[in-house]
Amino acid sequence: MRHRVVVTGLGVISPNGVGVPAFLHAIQNGVSGIRFIPQYEELKFNCQVSGVPEFDWNQLRNYLPEVIFHGLKSLGIGYAVKAALDAWADAGFTVETDQPLWDAGCVFGSSVADTDVIKNSIVRVDAKESKKLGSRVVEQIMNSGVSAYVSGRLGLGNRVISNSAACATGTQAIVMGYEYIKNGSAKRMLVGSSEHVDPYIFGSFDSMRILSRKFNDHPEQASRPMSASACGFVPGSGAAALVLEDLDFAIERKATIYAEITGGATNSGGQRCGGTMTAPNSGGIIRCIKDAVADANISTGSIDLIAGHLTATAADKLEIQNWSEALGRKGEDFPMVNSLKSMIGHCLSAAGSIEAVAAVLEISNQFAHPNINIEDPDPEIVAMTGPESIPSKMIQKEINHIAKANFGFGDVNTCLIFSKYNQHG
Amino acid sequence: MDRQEILEELKKVLFPYTENKEALAGITEETNLLKDLKVNSANLVDIIIDAESKYNIEIDFDSSEKMFTVGNCIDVIEEKLKS
Repeated sequence: MRHRVVVTGLGVISPNGVGVPAFLHAIQNGVSGIRFIPQYEELKFNCQVSGVPEFDWNQLRNYLPEVIFHGLKSLGIGYAVKAALDAWADAGFTVETDQPLWDAGCVFGSSVADTDVIKNSIVRVDAKESKKLGSRVVEQIMNSGVSAYVSGRLGLGNRVISNSAACATGTQAIVMGYEYIKNGSAKRMLVGSSEHVDPYIFGSFDSMRILSRKFNDHPEQASRPMSASACGFVPGSGAAALVLEDLDFAIERKATIYAEITGGATNSGGQRCGGTMTAPNSGGIIRCIKDAVADANISTGSIDLIAGHLTATAADKLEIQNWSEALGRKGEDFPMVNSLKSMIGHCLSAAGSIEAVAAVLEISNQFAHPNINIEDPDPEIVAMTGPESIPSKMIQKEINHIAKANFGFGDVNTCLIFSKYNQHG
Repeated sequence: MDRQEILEELKKVLFPYTENKEALAGITEETNLLKDLKVNSANLVDIIIDAESKYNIEIDFDSSEKMFTVGNCIDVIEEKLKS
């Protein structure tokens, strides 16, 4: 028996807004979260701007026991804990429990645990001072650190997994949680992802010459998906979390339902047929989108909005072409398309979950958020989407289905279908 | 430094590792770190590292394995301070 899956809780730490109300206001009004980072100028990076959330570290004292907070150094885990616990509370659940919650699990992803924590370990060990590292380093170096902290705080007793699939990590975590509930393995799943881009990760991307470098004096203009002047992406940091629930379970406890996840798929292009470590095999992407739409049992024509991956590199054109082919729609028939990255940059592993929270809010509040920095849309993209499909202002209209996708290094793809909740299915 | 002084200093070392601040305020030499203060056993190593730094001493493996009660801890710290 297939169980319906609904979204009942949200938490978000975004460069343009921490917490759901601030984030909703920001995405409706096209508020940029991209800032100049003086340290990146000193480090001689080409790209000297980044999306950095205004995060109050000391606020974590309200989220973690004092003993756990003492010794926590990982910003990525800090983001994850706040986003996850906010989502849990938003769903109406309490934190304290003496017994494990056997019906509740967690899939929470990240790219790396935290290179600042790893650096501390390297420096200590190289100085022959490993004995000073203490008990709290391993848990924060492990990739599973984020899910371990989140599940431990809440007593989650079902499947607890940290996933990692580069820039598809966040949406993949959501697909995994969705599938567990759909298949009846769990009643509720706390899913999401986290990313803290420190200088070591940032510098490695910078060296690939794929980052935006021409707007260091105008940070809010630096991320320009689908524009003719797009010249690379802007890395960002943050986290987001969603509480997914079995519909019957949610109804029984009279939960507030934001949206339904009606379909999801994740695959890989196999790094074949044009796909490489860093470039996608279009065949894989098209298949992934089609699989998600088929899983939702809707027609490709009923997608109202594409929440794209769209990072502001040369790959934007190929992505639009893939959407067009997968949905069989072009020109005036092409659905609206937006990229949250125009406001917050590319939050890597956190991108999928932050962008998914935006998609859920667009469903629950019935709007499409604007793209910013789209004064000069790429003519080749407009040739495929038609002139009206790329909103530069918020559009309020009926939104029944959003297709949300992310694609990552390693040729991995994930697509989700978020739908307006309708009790009759 | 006499034993009472070490005990008072030890309260500061233990402070971040126990949620039970009331029990900590009232510790005696008989107080057991794990059972009475509910210190996570993995954190014993952090307490040793902090004590080493605070008293500028080195606590070897054999000594650290004796540090179950506040009295045990004072024994070890007192001995290392003398040597």
